[in-house]
Amino acid sequence: MVGSIPASATAELSAAPRSKAKQFSPWLDAWRRFRRHRLALVSTVVLSAIVLSVLFMPFVWSVPINEIDFTARLKGPSPAHPFGTDDLGQDLLSRMLYGGRISLAVAFAAMVVAIVVGTIIGAIAGMSRGWVGPALMWLTDLFLSLPPLPLLLLVIYLFRDSLKSVFGPEGGVFILIVLVVGGLRWMPAARLVRAQFLSLREKEFVEAARALGASRLRQVIRHILPNALGPVIVAATVDVAAAIIAESTLSFLGLGFPPDIPSWGRILFDAKDYLDIAPHWAMFPGVAIFLTVLSISFIGDGLRDALDPRKVM
Amino acid sequence: MSTPLLSVRNLTKQFDIGSGFLLRNDAVVHAVDGVSFSIPPGETLGLVGESGSGKSTTGRCILRLVEPTAGEIWFQGRNVSALDARAFRALCRDMQIIFQDPFASLNPRMTVGTIIGEALTIHKLAPSKEAFTDRVVELLETVGLQADHMHRYPHEFSGGQRQRIGIARALAVEPKLIICDEPVSALDVSIQAQVINLLEDLQGKLGLTYLFIAHDLSVVEHISHRVAVMYLGRIVELASARDLYVTPLHPYTEALLSAVPVTDPKARRKRIVLQGEVPSPIHPPSGCHFHTRCPIRQLPLCAREAPPLKETASGHFVACHLRS
Repeated sequence: MVGSIPASATAELSAAPRSKAKQFSPWLDAWRRFRRHRLALVSTVVLSAIVLSVLFMPFVWSVPINEIDFTARLKGPSPAHPFGTDDLGQDLLSRMLYGGRISLAVAFAAMVVAIVVGTIIGAIAGMSRGWVGPALMWLTDLFLSLPPLPLLLLVIYLFRDSLKSVFGPEGGVFILIVLVVGGLRWMPAARLVRAQFLSLREKEFVEAARALGASRLRQVIRHILPNALGPVIVAATVDVAAAIIAESTLSFLGLGFPPDIPSWGRILFDAKDYLDIAPHWAMFPGVAIFLTVLSISFIGDGLRDALDPRKVM
Repeated sequence: MSTPLLSVRNLTKQFDIGSGFLLRNDAVVHAVDGVSFSIPPGETLGLVGESGSGKSTTGRCILRLVEPTAGEIWFQGRNVSALDARAFRALCRDMQIIFQDPFASLNPRMTVGTIIGEALTIHKLAPSKEAFTDRVVELLETVGLQADHMHRYPHEFSGGQRQRIGIARALAVEPKLIICDEPVSALDVSIQAQVINLLEDLQGKLGLTYLFIAHDLSVVEHISHRVAVMYLGRIVELASARDLYVTPLHPYTEALLSAVPVTDPKARRKRIVLQGEVPSPIHPPSGCHFHTRCPIRQLPLCAREAPPLKETASGHFVACHLRS
C-alpha cells in the first residue's frame, strides 16, 4: 500500500503561508457571523444607544430628579420637559435616565450572579463522577419547582429592613433584589453547563490534556470551559432580559425601590393611577423596558447562531 | 528479547451500565478480559480487532485514562496501576497517546503553539518564553510542519496536518512509549502513508516504542514488528508480523486476513466468511469467545473451556483448543 504512493516527509502545504491579517480566531469568526445577523446588529445599536444615553445623558440633561414644581404637574412632553412631568411636577426625562441606570445595573448584576452560580454548580456537577453530581441536580430541580414570585415576596419581606439598615436604603434594596433575582435564575445555566461538561469531558482533546498530566482545574479552565461558553453567553442575554422584567415586576408590586429612587418599574408603578390623565408617564418607562428586553432577546438570537460552529452562514 | 519496556498482565476492564439509584441493573460490559502482552524497547506492537473488541480500551487503561478493573501494568519496572497522582504525573512524561480523530483531539479554541506547548507548561519544561517558542518550533519542524503554523488555529489545517500536530503534542514530553490509537483510520489513504512514514522515521530517530492500535491489517503489517489480534476483549493470537500474515493459526485471524483486499486481480484467495454478528460484550459466549462463529469448532469443549494463550512455535502464541 505504501510503496506505490510517493510519501513526503513534510505535510501537504495546501494552506500556504498567509498574511497575518487574514487569521481568524474562533471568537473573531463568531463576530463575523454575528455581523451578518441583521436584526441582532440593529438591536445592538438600539441597546448601545439606550445604555450610552443612560450613562452619559445625565451630564447633558442636568435637571434634578427630585425638583418638585407644582405649576407643571402631569404635563405632556414639551421643550422644557421632553418626556413630560409626573404628579409632583418632577422631570420624567431625568427620572427615566436615572431609573435606567438602576434597572440596567440590577439586571446586569443579577445576570452575573445567576451565571456565576449556575456555571460553578453546573461545572461541579458535570465533572463529578460520584454522588455530588446527582445531588446538585436534585437541588437544581428543587429550585426549579419553587414558585418564584411568592418566594420573592417572602424573602424581600423578611430581609428588606435588616439589609436597609446595613447598606442604606438604596444599597440594601439593590443588593437584595440582585441576590433574589439572580438566586432564582441560576438553574437553567447550571443545567446547560452540566450538559456541556458531560459531553466535553469525554472529548479526545480533554483526554489528551489528561494524558499530558493536566490537573482537573487545568482541564476545566483551559479546555472544557472555553468550549462550553457559547450557550452560556446566550443564556446570559436571556437572563438580563428576565432580570429587567423581574425588577419591574417587583417595583410594580411596590416591593422594589422606594419612590425617591426611581427605577423603570417604579416609575411605571407610580404612573398607573394616572393612566387616563397622563398616559405619557407610563408610556416612556414601558417603551424603554420593551425596547431593552426585545433588543437583548434579538442579540441573544444572533449570538446563538454566531456561536454555533456548525452553522455556516 | 530484552527486558520489556511495557508489560501488561491480565488486564481487565468492565464498564458498569445503568447503575442508577432506583434502577438497579447489574449489567457490565466486558471490554477487556484478561489481556497480557509485553513490548520491548524500540519495538512496535500492532493491536488489531473489530470495533468493540477492546483495543482502544486496552490502550487507554495503560495510560490510566480509563481506570482498569483488574490486572497490572508494568512500565520500566514500575507498577503503573499502583502509582499515586504525583508519581503518575511524572510518568506522563514517558507515555503518550495519539488519537484517532484529528478533529476531536485538538482543542478548537487554542492555537497550535499552545496545544503543542501545553506539556511544556504543565511539566515546567521551558525556563523562558524564548525556550518555549524554540521548543515548539523544533517540534513543529520534527513533524514536518512550519514555524509560522504555531499562531494558527486547528480548524485551519487538513486532517493529515492535524494528526501531525497531535504527534508533535505527544512528542513534547520526549516520551518513550506512544500509544497510537488508530492514528490513520480517519485519514485519506495517501495521507495515511505520509503519517505512517513519519511515525516510522520518528521511531528510528528518537528510539520510540509504539503500541499501534488499528483495524486495518495492511497498515499494521507494514509498521509492526509483532501483532496481537483481539476478539471480544481477549487476545486470540500474538506473533511476529511476518508469521501472523504467512501462517495464521487462529481461525479468526484466518478469516480477517482473507478479507484483506488484494491488489492483483488474478490472485484469487478463498474468502472465509464468518456467519453472524460479533456477540454482545455484555453477555460474551462461554468458553472460547469465538466458538459461536468458528468454522472449525468442536463442541462441547470450545463452549466449555476458554483456551489459554499458548506458544506453538517460537514467539507465536495462539488461543485455540484445536490449533495449539
